[in-house]
Amino acid sequence: MPTFVYMTRCDGCGQCVDICPSDIMHIDKTLRRAYNIEPNMCWECYSCVKACPHHAIDVRGYADFAPLGHSVRVHRDEEKGVIAWRIKFRNGKKDMDLLAPITTKPWGAGHPKLSEQPAPSAEMRNSELLFNEPKYVRMDDGGLHTLESNGLEIKEGVYY
Amino acid sequence: MGYKTIIEDNIDILVAGAGLGGTGAAFEARYWGQNKKIVIAEKANIDRSGAVAQGLYAINCYMGTRFGENNPEDHVRYARIDLMGMVREDLAFDMARHVDSAVHQFEEWGMPIMRNEKTGAYLREGRWQIMIHGESYKPLVAEAAKNSADKVFNRICVTHLLMDEAKENRVAGAVGFNVRTGNYHVFKSKTVICGAGGASNIFKPRSIGEGAGRVWYAPWSSGSAYGLMIEAGAKMTQMENRIVLARFKDGYGPVGAYFLHLKTYTQNAYGEEYESKWFPALQEMVGKEYLDPEVSHTTHRPIPTCLRNHAIISEVNAGRGPIQMVTMEAFQDPHLEEIGWHNFLGMTVGQAVLWAATDVDPKYENPELTTSEPYVMGSHATGCGAWCSGPEDVSPEEYFWGYNRMTTVEGLFGAGDAVGGTPHAFSSGSFTEGRLSAKAACKYIDDGKAEGIVVSDAQIQRRKEEIYKPMETYTVGRNEIVAGSVNPNYINPRQGLDRLQKLMDEYCGGFGVNYMTNDKLLSIGLKKMAILGEDLDKVAASDIHELLRAWELKHRFLTSEAVFQHTMFRKETRWPGYYYRGDALKVDDENWHVLTVSRRDPKTGEYTMEKAPLYHLVGDIEDKDLAKLKAEGHH
Repeated sequence: MPTFVYMTRCDGCGQCVDICPSDIMHIDKTLRRAYNIEPNMCWECYSCVKACPHHAIDVRGYADFAPLGHSVRVHRDEEKGVIAWRIKFRNGKKDMDLLAPITTKPWGAGHPKLSEQPAPSAEMRNSELLFNEPKYVRMDDGGLHTLESNGLEIKEGVYY
Repeated sequence: MGYKTIIEDNIDILVAGAGLGGTGAAFEARYWGQNKKIVIAEKANIDRSGAVAQGLYAINCYMGTRFGENNPEDHVRYARIDLMGMVREDLAFDMARHVDSAVHQFEEWGMPIMRNEKTGAYLREGRWQIMIHGESYKPLVAEAAKNSADKVFNRICVTHLLMDEAKENRVAGAVGFNVRTGNYHVFKSKTVICGAGGASNIFKPRSIGEGAGRVWYAPWSSGSAYGLMIEAGAKMTQMENRIVLARFKDGYGPVGAYFLHLKTYTQNAYGEEYESKWFPALQEMVGKEYLDPEVSHTTHRPIPTCLRNHAIISEVNAGRGPIQMVTMEAFQDPHLEEIGWHNFLGMTVGQAVLWAATDVDPKYENPELTTSEPYVMGSHATGCGAWCSGPEDVSPEEYFWGYNRMTTVEGLFGAGDAVGGTPHAFSSGSFTEGRLSAKAACKYIDDGKAEGIVVSDAQIQRRKEEIYKPMETYTVGRNEIVAGSVNPNYINPRQGLDRLQKLMDEYCGGFGVNYMTNDKLLSIGLKKMAILGEDLDKVAASDIHELLRAWELKHRFLTSEAVFQHTMFRKETRWPGYYYRGDALKVDDENWHVLTVSRRDPKTGEYTMEKAPLYHLVGDIEDKDLAKLKAEGHH
């Protein structure tokens, strides 16, 4: 649903501008604060809402089908590795807090640097294997599936 | 317009568009090309770009061979029946045999994958889907890509591929502009892996006005995968195979977890099961090979998604809509209720917003479903995209020309939505395809296939003029009128998009005509498309942001033109529920058990269409249950 920015909370830092996948969060040149320049290209993906360090961005459901008076707020914490949501219904009857993990490791700690891996052998290059394979396919010593290993042929025609 | 020209030279592998496919390509390329120069050019910011920007609550393609669950051929058979037979089975098998290794690495990088506490295996939503806490799916894979790439250029809208002038039909890089600075960027590269996206917003969406962005696939998926490759003369396949989604009304929230994990089901407005009554007539249209409820009931074989759509469309047309998802039973369990909400927050927050706004509590009310406008893409449950080579050890000769996932343009590779004939790749499969492309691209370079590439300054200059022309058009025409957006000299990108969507809807089988078209409508539509094409030479952009929209529109236009051509070519109704050819309302296996392949001549814009043979994996791959039924003479 289209995002909007609270005047008193935005300091014009531009985090939302930097992250918006649709390029619709821009800085107003007079007010030096962010706003949604093209609500009908907003996917309500919440990327900007999550990125805003001041919780200055919120969402108001699309005017063509969503009535006023609801709220879905979020706080994403990369250090703690969690995301917290609060959903409030228009009629006030439902008010939910939901929490989910976003990662199991300190950010970036689990990622390999492939430039530092031993270079692949010629045999590996001429095979169908990718990095870390075959090990990572099944996490055992098994090889990669082939037509032969699986007793298959590929044939033209209609077979069901 | 004093925009600078910034040239990045001597690139080995240029990744154009870094969603799941592109990040997979950049990541893997470093392993096979440790000294190679790997560069990413991305329209947005790779931390939140592509279809997975918002996150996902499931990985829809995971074999689980490790847990004794499925083999790659099981996946092929599933994709085959779901797409009514039309799948590049070599590519699908290849993706499926590698995909688990991608998922296992995601887990190592920190992706929270849910586990089945009893078995220790990943928690299954359905046979192919595993459940994740994937809010940070995209930043997580972007991190891997950033570790591998030499340079990441965010906010570059790639508009065209560069072509080699020494050797015909060989790629030489890409060009585009920075959507912040406006600067012109030239990437001279030995290979290009096209990881750009499929197309939302080419058919008129059901939502209107402010809500026009609430489309099922991301609004920034501008068909650039196809726009870039078609313009370069790459052959495309299965572009008629658009997809229509049955989803929660208005918000288009996902239904997979609801059906599979929460065990919710659908009924018509009067509380009746409606699907089975449409099946006998539908079976007449498609044949027993494609629709056999008895077989589907007893085995793992699914009823093709398009046919289930057909039942929804038919029931609504019969006056018994809306179709509703029966959630009131499952949601009495607080644990399942929580999953239902998390599912939306993890990948379609807008659906949660909508239910909060309309006070829809699925515990006390069964929410409405609807069928969406059509989408053209190649990674979800449909297979539009480029005609690509398969792997050497699997592909028959018609499907193999040296390098895995290379298009018919030399040095141009694809991943994700860009590759045709590989439905059901989803996020993990797209990432895997990127990896496969990257390895093949490194080999292509190492084999000396990219030697002696020539790109003249004239080509670079010609593209620059073309790219900024909409701003020129605006500047020249703007002062003829007092103010406003009505100008006799040009249309703006939004006006052009509206026209495209209306045309696609009415002539090419959008929701507004109940997904129906025929040869006559398609002919009229193609004539109107040609004129729209002329008018798009006069599209105007008042600023750099509008220039981005202008080029997205041009990519959507090229995509749409291919959709028209392919839809016209395939004289049958292969996927009832996705679209109907009123002049040929049946599946016609005698003439159309083939893949459709097109090429647009880059010089003339003329299309040529051909049929390509369809190969199937055969052998010991049947379900035991299905084999038993066959033995009993049911099939």
